[in-house]
Amino acid sequence: MTKTETIQAQSIWQLLGEVYDPEVPVLSITDLGIVRNVEVKPGNEIMVTITPTYTGCPAMDVISMNIRLKLLEHGYKNIQVRSVLSPVWTTDWMSEAGKQKLKAYGIAPPNPGQQVCHPDLFQEDESVQCPRCNSYHTVMISRFGSTACKALYKCNDCQEPFDYFKCH
Amino acid sequence: MTDLFKYTVHLADNALILGHRNSEWTGHGPILEQDIAISNIALDLIGQARNFYQYAAQMQEGDRSLSTDVVSEDTLAYLRDAHEFRNCLLVEQPNGDWGATILRQFFFSAYQFYLYGQLQHSKDEMLASIAAKALKEVTYHLRWSAEWVIRLGDGTEESHNRMQHALNDLWKFTGELTQPAAFETQLVKEGISVDLAIIQPLWQEKVTAVLSEATLAGTDAKLDKAWMQTGGKEGRHTEHLGYILAEMQFLQRAYPGSTW
Repeated sequence: MTKTETIQAQSIWQLLGEVYDPEVPVLSITDLGIVRNVEVKPGNEIMVTITPTYTGCPAMDVISMNIRLKLLEHGYKNIQVRSVLSPVWTTDWMSEAGKQKLKAYGIAPPNPGQQVCHPDLFQEDESVQCPRCNSYHTVMISRFGSTACKALYKCNDCQEPFDYFKCH
Repeated sequence: MTDLFKYTVHLADNALILGHRNSEWTGHGPILEQDIAISNIALDLIGQARNFYQYAAQMQEGDRSLSTDVVSEDTLAYLRDAHEFRNCLLVEQPNGDWGATILRQFFFSAYQFYLYGQLQHSKDEMLASIAAKALKEVTYHLRWSAEWVIRLGDGTEESHNRMQHALNDLWKFTGELTQPAAFETQLVKEGISVDLAIIQPLWQEKVTAVLSEATLAGTDAKLDKAWMQTGGKEGRHTEHLGYILAEMQFLQRAYPGSTW
């Protein structure tokens, strides 16, 4: 990319920080770490590369559309959004700011270096901090939750049920 | 139709048909949490199916001499007949009770876990990346379903009997999972498809361990010698697949090209 194209790509990154996940509306797609690349090609052709959090994530189509709309709004015309599967998304790509926003929204952010992604049975569940009262005295209610990326927990201290961004 | 196309469609059909079967539970699960779980697994499987179908459709687009019609993930899912589907017979079996659904999921997740574990190293980059992506989800499915097989098998007398009944019904459909079809043999040599001879003992070991912890009988030599029903990978299906397609494909057949 030439210097102008690099500068353009930077401003596109900033705009993508204003495109939100339809399922978790406090998180932008850059907070979530699903934007993998922005490329500006000669002739102002823009290629945005995204990756799904989960294989079957139904939000991907909406996200592609929202990226397109956001860029159109700011005068970009020749926009391609493509989805790649490799390398595989991990919760480690979520930004620190994103994790704080999740917590404030009432969803427990993923623990750093999650350990539950292997097939041993009846493992002890990771200790997850309640996003409301910060207690670690919590219990998993359901391994699967309201969206593909979350599990359901309950706090034994403040009694609130909450979503946890599960291991991935 | 190349072997790679057949193989990709086979992987897609497995995921789609089991995903569809699992989705029949949505709103009918025994308790809310497990209704959510089986629906989430359905979603993951249908996501895998979409990735494989999109790849298969690209292959056919590259060879337009085959047909003048546009091939897409939707035409592959909605406009093929039962004899063109290449899924294993296990995934098309009726849901039965919750125990049968759980056991079917466990057999299949154990198979997918080892299959994708190998397929992520395939020389075909697209298959490798779809497998690597799905492996994390499949690991989660395997853990969930295996725990439930143990909980129900080693649970009450009623749940134990139901699980034993499900095992007696479903076992004959498990052999096909690790028996290569003609289209797989050549692809193995090229380093594209998974050598099922490698995953067969791994699958067997996992299943034997879980069934024995679940106190379910039949993990001995008797089951090793059991007669196995096959044919799904080559398009010879049980009667159940036709009924699934009749429901799943109805809208696109009655109103071609309609969109949501």
